Amino acid sequence: MAAEVIVLGSQHATPDVGAVVRERGLRGPIAIVRAGYQEREADDGPLVAALGVPAINLALHARASAVFADDPSFTTAYRDRQALLRHMQSCYRVRLEKTEDAARTIALRYFEPELLEGEDAVSVEQFRQLDANHVIRCEQVRTAFAALWHPTDRPTVARHRAELAALLAPVEAVVIAGGHVASLHNRLELFDLLGLAAGKPIIAWGAGAMVLTDRIVLYHDYPPYGSDVAQVLDSGFGVAPGVVVMPDPSRRLNPDTGPAIARFARRMAPAVCVGMDLGARLDFVDGALVAGRGRHLRPDGGIDAAWSGRPDDPAVRALADSLDEVTP
Amino acid sequence: MSAAAIAELEATPRTREAVDAWMGRHKFPVVVGPSITFVWRGDAEAVHLKHWVFGLPSSQSLARVDGTDVWHLTMQLPPGSRVEYKLEVVRHGKGEWIQDPLNGALARDPFGANSVAHGTGYEVPGWIHHDRAAPPGRLDEIFLDSKTFGRRSFGLYVPARFKRSRRYPLLVVHDGHDYLRYASMGTVLDNLIDRLEVADAIVVFTSSPDRLREYADDERHARYVTEDLVPFVERTFPLEAVPQSRCLMGASFGAVAALSTACRYPGFYGRLLLQSGSFAFTDIGDRNHRGPLFDPVVAFMNRFRAEPTAVSERVFVSCGMYESLIYENRSLVPMLLGTGMDVRYVEARDGHNWENWRDRLRDALSWLLPGPFLLVYE
Repeated sequence: MAAEVIVLGSQHATPDVGAVVRERGLRGPIAIVRAGYQEREADDGPLVAALGVPAINLALHARASAVFADDPSFTTAYRDRQALLRHMQSCYRVRLEKTEDAARTIALRYFEPELLEGEDAVSVEQFRQLDANHVIRCEQVRTAFAALWHPTDRPTVARHRAELAALLAPVEAVVIAGGHVASLHNRLELFDLLGLAAGKPIIAWGAGAMVLTDRIVLYHDYPPYGSDVAQVLDSGFGVAPGVVVMPDPSRRLNPDTGPAIARFARRMAPAVCVGMDLGARLDFVDGALVAGRGRHLRPDGGIDAAWSGRPDDPAVRALADSLDEVTP
Repeated sequence: MSAAAIAELEATPRTREAVDAWMGRHKFPVVVGPSITFVWRGDAEAVHLKHWVFGLPSSQSLARVDGTDVWHLTMQLPPGSRVEYKLEVVRHGKGEWIQDPLNGALARDPFGANSVAHGTGYEVPGWIHHDRAAPPGRLDEIFLDSKTFGRRSFGLYVPARFKRSRRYPLLVVHDGHDYLRYASMGTVLDNLIDRLEVADAIVVFTSSPDRLREYADDERHARYVTEDLVPFVERTFPLEAVPQSRCLMGASFGAVAALSTACRYPGFYGRLLLQSGSFAFTDIGDRNHRGPLFDPVVAFMNRFRAEPTAVSERVFVSCGMYESLIYENRSLVPMLLGTGMDVRYVEARDGHNWENWRDRLRDALSWLLPGPFLLVYE
């Protein structure tokens, strides 16, 4: 596990990652992962400039493409796995939408407030069951694939892993940028990069931050087709536990939907949901959140813009204590 | 307020200079809140507004402001509306249909061009305009020697970031060349793909030399698309070749063609986009008031409505509120939903025209063939 993980807010035109590098006294080289940008992975000029220290692009996307080109049988199986995961995601999403519909319909019933509250708790529990079940099934698919194909033992993967290990040896830290979260997650997994980089500090944002948490949660309150319900993509690598990282809330999150925010925060509990715009930050040491700032989505539907990131936040603790462990 | 513009004119001296000055102060048609005032200036025996808003008289007379050559008509136009129209100017007992010379907004279609009035709140979507930052896809005309129809050509759109090593969904567009000409579909695809809202896709723009026959539930058309065209493209390009990645779309009779093709090959097309479908039917008897061209459509729709079945996974239906087909489309939606298919339905305050269909493309395609916008976090 990484000893230190720093999660930053979305880095757009004015990235603040350079300030973090200077604050930590890092002089480089720093390894950078831009696999989330897929074919544009190598366009790292602005990022390297923002870091202000020597950097090595690990080129995970390009390496994965080389693996897929060199190892046809593995590639076919890998693509089949991905298709299976996509199909499972689409079925899970249908269930989420129906559950959302049911929750909204029930919320409109002319019942006593106490009963409505109880029914709302049932709706939240149904979401939690769906999420938990989906994550377990995704993990089962990945585990079964790993057991059958032993990806890190494939000759091409092993060769790239050896190269990556050599590249990582002198670096002071690993920076994981955003981009396509599924693509990034898959490439980090394929090469077991976090295993190779064990003990190195990690600085990440956007999709790079999401994959480090326990669960990767996709959200967008303004999709082009009107509305959508947040969904779990998969389990993350868990080195930044206990939080749901929600990048770019100023563009993606509708702050005026209190009941929906409340339901979402309770659905994700005991994890703390944190909207992370530029300037937000979460610091983890040895797998524990020690400091942070961001937009905390509270279980009462409010948004706390001045959230301190304290792990002992009494509201979060109380909520966590009130929810039973979900065992589908 | 738009009537206020006329009141303002009526309060001015009835001189050419005063009218010129009044006209210089206004943009026509005058749209204020929920009302719109059409204006024409010139000598005529009568002037009529001709529009395609189902539910209103299709011809309404403009009145002349006494002592001037200004004609006007004020009507209510709900917010968000978009209306295509022409003016009929009657001189020497003969009417001539013209575009509104005071309004530069035009919408083209295969029959020419109409003037366009935008109600309060309607905005032309930004994503229909050429965006220099969006790399353009490649569009070619391809010839196919088909078993069904012999030699036919179709437009083929390949997205800008196309790579042989990837696999793509396929979108087949009925009346495809018209979608390109009148709904800016090439530009729309470039923009929506670049914004990550629509998946990089291979798009086939197919057209028929005899669309009223071939699109009206013609078995040959379904066979041509499914057994000639799609296999040809799937052999030529790296396509996903699974139902979830095959989308059929069309408008008007093209929507009938899309639905009837999907019905003839259930489970082959996992995505359908049906815009203002000419889904004529009868509740009793077999002749619809729309005429004999619709007879095969009526027969098809009556069969489908008698036993609605799930022939696809996701269906997006759109229709304009100002179309005569709104009834047919509205009544189809619960039937589609009843089959268990995933259905979305969108109405717009617009008519049976290409810009209505253009304006719905973002909603529809981002849902049917979503790009990675939900997965990308900077």
